This record gives sequence, structure tokens and C-alpha cells, in this order.
Amino acid sequence: MFENLIEPSVLDALIKFGINVGIILLKIVVVLGITLLHVAYATYFERKVIGHMQVRLGPMRVGPHGLLQPIADGVKLFFKEDIIPAKADKPVFYLSPVIFMAAAMVSLSFIPFTGNFVIADVNLGLLFLFAMSGLGVYGIFMSGWSSNSKYSFIGGLRSTSQVISYEIAMGLSLVGVMMMAGSLNLSDIVKAQENSPFGIFAIPQIVGFVVFVIAAVAETNRTPFDLPEAESELVAGYFTEYSGFRFALFFLGEYIGMFIMSSICAVCFLGGWTMPWYIMKIPFLSYVPGIFWFLLKVYAFIFFYYWIRATVPRYRYDQLMAIGWKILIPVALANILITGLIKILL
Amino acid sequence: MEDVSKILETRELNVSMGPQHPATHGVLRLLLDIDGERIVKVTPYVGYLHRGVEKLGESLSYFQALPLTDRLDYVSAMSNNIGYVVAIEKLCGIEAPERAKFIRTIVGEMSRISNHLLWLATHALDIGAMTVFLYCFREREWILELFEKICGARLTVTYPRIGGVRNDITQEFLDSLYKFTEEFPSRILEYETLIDQNRIWLKRTVGIGVISAEEAISWGMTGPTLRGSGVPYDIRKHAPYDAYDKVDFDVPIGTEGDTYDRYRCRMLEFRQSNNIIRQCIEKLPPGPIMADAPKFTLQPKDKMMPITHPQKQHAYFIDEKACKGCGMCLRACPAKAIFGEKKKPHKIKQELCLSCANCFVTCKFKAMKIVPGAKGESDEKLADLAKAQVPDDIKEAQALLVEHFNFVKKGPRVPEGELYVATEVPKGELGFYFVSDGTGKPYRMRLRSPSFIHASALPRLCIGHMVADVIANIGTIDIVLGECDR
Repeated sequence: MFENLIEPSVLDALIKFGINVGIILLKIVVVLGITLLHVAYATYFERKVIGHMQVRLGPMRVGPHGLLQPIADGVKLFFKEDIIPAKADKPVFYLSPVIFMAAAMVSLSFIPFTGNFVIADVNLGLLFLFAMSGLGVYGIFMSGWSSNSKYSFIGGLRSTSQVISYEIAMGLSLVGVMMMAGSLNLSDIVKAQENSPFGIFAIPQIVGFVVFVIAAVAETNRTPFDLPEAESELVAGYFTEYSGFRFALFFLGEYIGMFIMSSICAVCFLGGWTMPWYIMKIPFLSYVPGIFWFLLKVYAFIFFYYWIRATVPRYRYDQLMAIGWKILIPVALANILITGLIKILL
Repeated sequence: MEDVSKILETRELNVSMGPQHPATHGVLRLLLDIDGERIVKVTPYVGYLHRGVEKLGESLSYFQALPLTDRLDYVSAMSNNIGYVVAIEKLCGIEAPERAKFIRTIVGEMSRISNHLLWLATHALDIGAMTVFLYCFREREWILELFEKICGARLTVTYPRIGGVRNDITQEFLDSLYKFTEEFPSRILEYETLIDQNRIWLKRTVGIGVISAEEAISWGMTGPTLRGSGVPYDIRKHAPYDAYDKVDFDVPIGTEGDTYDRYRCRMLEFRQSNNIIRQCIEKLPPGPIMADAPKFTLQPKDKMMPITHPQKQHAYFIDEKACKGCGMCLRACPAKAIFGEKKKPHKIKQELCLSCANCFVTCKFKAMKIVPGAKGESDEKLADLAKAQVPDDIKEAQALLVEHFNFVKKGPRVPEGELYVATEVPKGELGFYFVSDGTGKPYRMRLRSPSFIHASALPRLCIGHMVADVIANIGTIDIVLGECDR
């Protein structure tokens, strides 16, 4: 019926484009659905893990072993009254959780879950992830500024300086990986690891790995670097004045941030969806789908997050900055230098 | 340049921390002036939990005011009770029997452990160590359950009494407490594994809130807060009360006077308290638990039993000749069984009477007669029976009952005078100052609460440090606002 209007070759291209868009949309839906469900159950997982570490049971009431607790929490947050401080800067106040959440969500599109499942397989994937996590700071800072509360303000300032400082350390720690893989494309990084003698970059890049892990904890504002939301000092930090669903957006954003940091760690240092060749020698392991390995690594890293949270106290603000600037960044720079030298000499 | 600095005037950010804040341990309010993250000025505001305990103490008789002391420092209610009763005993010039003294020492040290557990839990939580909090609460729960075993209450115990303790402890309780003392040292190690040598913990506590020994004394600090600066001042050692002179213990002191030293002091006190409890259990002598001082202590209830026992079916009868119709018994009757007009002899409706003897003790004109075992008889028969002689045991009980009533109503007649008695509660030196005018109520009751004095030293500890250190400093002086505001 379109023959009269459009040339067949153009129509053909259009149909192909449509199919592509459809596939991408489908992928987005799948990733978003899975991630949101994951985030809901990551809170459950956290409460259970920390609960058992602290000689208690964690959620037990809603559903068997409290399995429906995240859903109950979500419903509760959704129906709670949305309180906005009278003197808040309203447009900014409305916008900041959305920015925070959106920045976290966009990052999801660059994560290669398996060899052929990634929404946007771009060549500058890693750089884009940095850009997005840098954008999330705007959400934090705007929320702190617009709440018109001193606690939120201090929390926002702390968080901004912390995230910016640790972004440098994190970026530098990943430069070694980029040099070894020779690419910024996340899928290529995984493939490079598969072909490398150690199978994962965490072994040759051990220094970068350690720096990355510390910086990732700080980047997502988790204990022991959870100063922006240090509940004993700043009540809740930048989202003190938020309630109801807007609070839930921050909450979701933080957990998606954790998921993304764990994914970057899995992809850049632990071999993504592949396993090192020396482990794959165990029979029948080659039948395990790649997504399983990927999620295993991600969850191991998330578990590590929880473990730290249950163990250590919180740093003070100046100490945190000192660690970032005086230790992590020089170490990461030295790591780049050594990696570069080895790369040239070998 | 000068113009610019005039236009771009900078000043400190004024943050009001509290009274509703997760880390101010109740309703302490601190007004912070901060320059960036650095503290320039701290102004503590107290009084949000003021309940007028001192004034209330003046309008209640000595033993009625005892439950008020539970509500002072609700974290270690037992220690406050002991401080109060020790003071009253000194005022009355009586002494508790040996067994009661040992029991009080046991429960006082239990309360010290439970207080320090709560302090450690919240201090660690404020600094960010979350797990210590729950570990501490596990043991605190154990102690509270032991308290429940002795006296039925967990928090506001009111267990000690003037002249002794309320009830004797059972062997079952002693066994489970001994088990606790065996287990507890390994639990202390558990907390220490988490924070004692933790780099972050050390960074957050060493060199924070340093105060020298001289300065700590001039600020009036007491307890572990003072001992952290190296002053071995402990009232349990220097002016022993209860059984502290019969047990062997050390007073741990610090050297630097910083937050970490105060933390170490309290961690060592855990072990000392544990030791004291063990020694007390081993040395616990048999004997009575209340001093034999009828003027100042309540008499055992079983002496009144011939009248008050529920199975004795006594009837009460009003002697019409003696009754002046004052209406006192009418008001005292819980069952409203007494009726009658004013200035005319009252009557008792026998079917409503509960035989509680309330009317008997209120009657000032001795118009109320007890008719033993005559419940359910008609009025005419009671009038006959009332003329008969009352048995001896009931006669004795009658006198005691009236005495008991007057004692409860008016309070113990303590001698005139004034005194200050200090005891070592977990937070420091809790002093009670009484002025007695010889009646059943104190003329003036005054408290020296360690929390109040420590809160006043907060600005001294905080200035020059960071915002996060304010939290560490609030934790390290271990304040409870119930005691601070009184």
C-alpha cells in the first residue's frame, strides 16, 4: 500500500530500522524490568545479609522469610504523602531526584550482560559510564541546594566533592584496564580478558583493582564513605527533606548505582560473562550461560558492599578527602605508569 | 579589594543540631557555628526533658520519691535507685543488712554493664559501626532479662528499698547471672575485635576531645569521663558504700584524655564490673534483706495478715455512738458500700463490703469495729457480735495496720538535718542533697547529675574539631538527657 509513496528500497530500510528499534525497546524493557526487580530484592538481600551478620533474622514478616517485604516497602513509599518544604526551590526540588535516577538508569544501557546482550554497544562505553555517574552528582547537589535545609546543604556539598574526587581516582584506576585491552568498548574489554594469559584483569591490574573497589564504594556513598548521608551527623544528608516517592527515586538511584559499579567491576576486572580458561577446564562448566557468571560476579561484589557496611565505622570528611587525593590518586597514577612501561617493554 | 570583601561578607553557618536528631542521645540541642566543616562555637541547650524531679521529691514522702529516680537516668535505673536509698539510709542513720548490701552491689554492677553496653552501642553507631550496636544489645537484653527475673521490671526497676531490697534473689537467678559472668568476657572480645584496633575507629577517636586532668577536674567531670584523663577518682574506692569495700577491683584510667582513652576506660570497666559481680555471688552471705528499723522501713505484710488475708471473712460494723459522720470511711471505701448523710452515723451495706479494712484505718474516732469471721450476717446480729471481745491476734494486727497506714500516708519521720551523699553511677558521680525538716518529706531535694555537668563541657571538647567529631564527643561523655534535665 506504500508503493506509491515510498520507494521499495527505502521501505525496506525503514522496516529494518523499525525492527531494530523494536528490538532495542524490548531490550530496554527487559533490562529495566530486571533491574528494578533486582533493586527491590537487593534491598531485601542487604537486609538479610546484614541481619545475619548482626545475629538477627532480617525481614521475616511479609511473606515466607519476608520475601514480599520489598514489594510492601515499594507500595508504602508510593502511597506516602509527598512533603515539600515550604521554602524549597520547587522546580529544582522536583527535578533533582529525576536527574539522579535518570543518570543511573542511562548507565545501564552500556553494560554488556552477555556477549550479545547489550543495549548500546558503543565504542566509548566506559567513558560514557563516567559521564553518566558524573551527571548523577547534579541530582545530589541540586537536591541539597533546593531543599533549603542546612543538613541537606552540607550533605549535598560533601557528596559533590566526594564523588568528584573519587571519580578521578576511579577513572585513573581504569586507565590501566583500557591500556591492557586497547579499547573503551566494554564488550571488547571482556573479550580482551578472555584472551589474556590470566583470564581476568584483576590479577595483573591488582593495584588498579584495589583502587577501583575503594573508589567505587566512595562513589556510591556507601559505608565507610557514606558521609553525605551520615545519619548520625546529617540526619539523612542531601535527601533529608524528601519523602514518599521522591525519596524512593533517590533510593532506587543509589541501588542502581551500586549495581552499575558492581557491573563495571565485573566487566573490567573480573572478566564479565566469561570465566578464565583455567576454571573453564572443569568439565561441564562450558554449558553454564554467560549471564550466570556475570550475575555471580555482580552479586559477589554487592555482597562485598554489604559486608563492609556491617563491619567498619565511618570516616571523617577530611580523612576521606585525604585518602582520595593523597593515596588513591597517586597510587592509580603509579599504576598507569607501570602498566605503560610494561606494555612498551614487552 | 576592600570593597569586595565588604560586599562578599562571609560568616559561620548556624546549624541547630537537635532536639530531634539521631545522634544527640535524646533531646539535647546543640547550636553549632560552623566554618566549613570546622566548629567555631557550640552552645548546648538543655531542659527539653525537664520534669521537675527535684520539686516532685519535695511533695512526695521519702519512699514515694524512689520511683522518680528510675526516670532520671533511665538507662541505668538501678544505680540511681541505689544512690537514692543509700542517701536516705545515711539520713535516717540506718544500715542495710549484709545480704542486701551484696545484692545491691550485684545489681548496681549489672546496671553499670548494661549502661556501658548501651553507651558502646550508640557511640559505635554514631561513629558508623553498625554491628557493634546489635552485638551490644544482645548482651543488654540478657541483663534486662535478669533484671526481670529479680523484680519483674526491665528498665524502671525500683528494686532497692530504704533499708534493703524489695525481695530476696533466688538461686536460679544467681545461677543464670553466674553463667552470664562466665560468658561475658568473651563477648567483650567480640566488640573489641570489631573496633578496638580498627584503623577507622582509631582515626575517629584518637586525639579527639582531648582534655587534661587538671582541666577535667575544673570542669567538674566525674566517672569514666574523668578517669580517661588519668585521674583515678572513683567513689566506690574512695568512699565505699554497699559492699564495695569487701570486693577487690581496680579503677582503670587513661593517659591522654581523648575519646579513645575514655572508650578504653569503659571497656576495662566492663571486666571490673564482671569481676565484682562474680566476687559478690561467691561471697553472698545469708540473712535478712531488710533492716530492722520499724521507724523507717515498711513492716512485712504478713503481720497484718489476721486482718487483711482474703480468706478471713471479717465483717465491719459502725458503732453508732462513736461515729461522728465525718465521711472519711465513705470516701475510702473502694466498693462504695458505706452510705449515710453527713453528721449522722453511717451504715455499711454488708453485701457490697469487700472486707478490705480501708474504712477501719481511716476512721479517726474508733467507730469502726471488726467482727471476726462474721461476713454475711445481718446488721442486728453484727451489733450483738461487735460487743464481744476481739481476739488478741486481731488486736495486734489492728495496731500494726493503723501504724502502717499512717506510715504510708505521712512517710518515715527522718531526723532533721542536711546531707550530701554521692554514689558512683555508670556516668559519674550522682549526688543527692537532702534538707530534712523532720517530716516525712524532704524540705529540699537536690541532684548533682553527671550528665548535666558533662553536657556543659561539650563546647570545650568540640571547638576546633570537625562536625563529625561533635558526634564522637557527645558519645564519649555518655549523657542521658533524662538525668541532665531532671
